[in-house]
Amino acid sequence: MKFLVCISNVPDTTTKIAFTPDNKEFNKAGVQFVINPWDEYALTRAIELKEAQGSGTVTVLNVGEADTEPNIRKALAIGADDAIRVNAAPKDAYFVAQQIAAVAKEGAYDVILMGKESIDYNGFQVHGMVGEMLGIPTVAPAMKLDMSGSTATLEREIEGGKEIVEVSAPFVASCQQPMCEPRIPNMRGIMTARTKPLKVVEAVGEGARTSVAEYALPPKKQGVKLIPAESAGDLIKLLRNEAKVI
Amino acid sequence: MSVLVVVECDGGEVKKSSLEVASYGSQVAQMLGTTATAVAVGEATEANLAKLGEQGISKVLYDAEPRLKDFVNSAYTKLIAAAVEKESSAVIVLANSNIGASVGSRLSVRLKASLATNVVELPKNDGGSFTVKRGAFSGKAFADVVLTGDRKILAVKKNSIEASHEAGKTAQVESFSAGLSDADFTDAPKQVVMQDQAGGILLPEADRVVSGGRGMKGPENWHLIEDLAKALGAATACSKPVSDVDWRPHHEHVGQTGITVSPNLYIACGISGAIQHLAGVNSSKVIVVINKDPEAPFFKAADYGIVGDVFDVLPKLTQAVKELN
Repeated sequence: MKFLVCISNVPDTTTKIAFTPDNKEFNKAGVQFVINPWDEYALTRAIELKEAQGSGTVTVLNVGEADTEPNIRKALAIGADDAIRVNAAPKDAYFVAQQIAAVAKEGAYDVILMGKESIDYNGFQVHGMVGEMLGIPTVAPAMKLDMSGSTATLEREIEGGKEIVEVSAPFVASCQQPMCEPRIPNMRGIMTARTKPLKVVEAVGEGARTSVAEYALPPKKQGVKLIPAESAGDLIKLLRNEAKVI
Repeated sequence: MSVLVVVECDGGEVKKSSLEVASYGSQVAQMLGTTATAVAVGEATEANLAKLGEQGISKVLYDAEPRLKDFVNSAYTKLIAAAVEKESSAVIVLANSNIGASVGSRLSVRLKASLATNVVELPKNDGGSFTVKRGAFSGKAFADVVLTGDRKILAVKKNSIEASHEAGKTAQVESFSAGLSDADFTDAPKQVVMQDQAGGILLPEADRVVSGGRGMKGPENWHLIEDLAKALGAATACSKPVSDVDWRPHHEHVGQTGITVSPNLYIACGISGAIQHLAGVNSSKVIVVINKDPEAPFFKAADYGIVGDVFDVLPKLTQAVKELN
């Protein structure tokens, strides 16, 4: 079974968000980038399934410029076998989906996994776009993934419950917890990652269908109004008469 | 040129988030000088669909195929694509839900449309450029996105706009068939398992949420959260550490890697307010924080706060709500 795991390179979860002076781009200065936390579920689950099957490969794919390579190497250290980087800044979800679909087609991958969404753009779009481009099923967001031969059983989260879905490979799934416990690299993994193959390819396709005109930060909160614990009941009156939310 | 609105139904009723989507769609239609048609998915009754007139919908298309009761990605996508063709819709509006995202992303490729998810405001359409504001960076920022395609798909975040309500207006319900066959149902769910909802309120749809963190000290104390939630008609939620140690089920976890909620009222009890938790709640309209540590970072993001012991404060709040009602 050939697994393709798509990872994005995102600002660390604790990053204070700031933009360039024209508000057109995220300000990367001094920001630590990590593997998108949702993608870690996809990566670890692919490695677990490969191990359980006793054969197969896990390839990581990133659409990004050369500065994403440290996190690609980290994915290799966690246990992926090889990596592909599409050498382009990710313009929008459609652009990224075209790159993934092209790589998936070329490499005839059986299972294409990614995180539910990236924590920077929060698109939750790429999974369906890739599935549609390849004409294969998508399951999103998936909380559980088991494989038996080429048949996968997934639990898909719906508002207020879950669906049990069965699909045959090839398929796309976007992953979220509690799918697995994401792994961290060990020393042996870090050593072997250095020599694992990382192929760089150029972007294909027709470009983006959306663009960001401007970013903005949310308006600042007024500041907290504290109510003494002894008269906690007053809070309820404020919520009704002042905030008007109950 | 009409606007097509996708409304999700469940147990005969139109979901609250879809009423918002219907209002949003009819306002966009007004802006563009056209009408809004809805296509309904899930289990609906004709009477409830006709009531979408109150949100400004003029016509509702409904395929009564029984297998559409549960979400089936291929079938829903085909059904909505057929409705788009029938109505020659240039703008398609759906909820930013798991269904909306699954269908919307496939549709965008099939219809060669530009897609914006997590939309929080009505679009601006001036100078030939169609721009919409969406949430980004896990609620820490917004982006104005330009949709360059001839067709546009917008997935609207819950609780971003208020559902309009014009009593007495009805929409015309028209039966509609997309000619679905067995091949469109190969990815139908084998089984659907619904959760036990505390008080019957779905967390992602809730107007009010009462949430507990590690400060609750153990699952045996959760009745304090549940009592207040019940009195307020709120859903219950928890922080990641709480679901990680199985005090509460995963589907109650709000935060960066859990559910994102945007209720009118979010009450956090014994949650310190790590930045990853804030990412899941920071678009709530009013945030109340109860914590015994006055230095808890959550107070910085709160509108109201009580520095005190949750075991002492929560019963007082529940009592006060009961007295008020």
